[in-house]
Amino acid sequence: MSTFRVFDIAGAGMSAQSVRLNTVASNLANAESVSSDPATAYKARHPVFQATLDASGNGGEGASVAVRGIVESQAPAEKRYDPASPLADSNGYVYAPNVNTVEEMVDMISASRSYQNNVEVMNTARNLLLATLKLGQG
Amino acid sequence: MANSIDSFLGVHAQALAVESRRTQLLAANLANSDTPNYKARDVDFRAALAQASSQGAAAGAAGAAGAAGATGRALPMTAASAGNSLPGGAAASAQDPTLLYRVPLAPSLDGNTVDPQLEQAAFAENAVRYQATLTLLNSRLRSLMTAITGQ
Repeated sequence: MSTFRVFDIAGAGMSAQSVRLNTVASNLANAESVSSDPATAYKARHPVFQATLDASGNGGEGASVAVRGIVESQAPAEKRYDPASPLADSNGYVYAPNVNTVEEMVDMISASRSYQNNVEVMNTARNLLLATLKLGQG
Repeated sequence: MANSIDSFLGVHAQALAVESRRTQLLAANLANSDTPNYKARDVDFRAALAQASSQGAAAGAAGAAGAAGATGRALPMTAASAGNSLPGGAAASAQDPTLLYRVPLAPSLDGNTVDPQLEQAAFAENAVRYQATLTLLNSRLRSLMTAITGQ
């Protein structure tokens, strides 16, 4: 059992949540990137998290977290009538990404809170270890 | 004689190890609070401490029962978990009877059983317990130093 593994776990959690924040930023930035074809329209991206165990086994304790991949949402692109747009197709339609901005904002808050959780875990573990190092001195 | 110092430190040395292990498990639960199909895990403190004590000095066992009595109102936990996503996770639990799965109060659709608030509370409680154990160890070590130096 490694005493410092808690830092690896919390660090992996922070890294995973920051990937999630990145995809939210990407989705929100492209929320209005219209396209002339539904196939080429931007699709909302979401990370898939997976619990992973330490390679050394470690008695199967303290699962870390990893981003297994990023999936694109399969929801249909939003069809908008906008004949003035230079990207409009022959019928005057443009296709907006399938990004739900409300969902993305909620996802952002959730990711941010989870990130803060991991930071707090790391801070607390650090304080406890520092106190342990001073054992017998005070 | 190392054994007499061990028994003088009492159950606290073993308690520190169990609390450190619990810190790691709760950190893993919080890190996986958004992982689909992740099952929250925790140690049965009383059983883990009793196990650590019986592996260590037999003298600590009496103290273990007394200290474990304080953790009577623990969160509900179970030895088995359906649909566990962790490779070897269930096997690890079978090997170690003190490593249990949390019973979710409000199961979620994605199969995740982590309740961040509960885990935060458990983590904070565990941190305070760890510090309390450190304080107790420190005071024992201080009296030991007093006995050694005679001042």
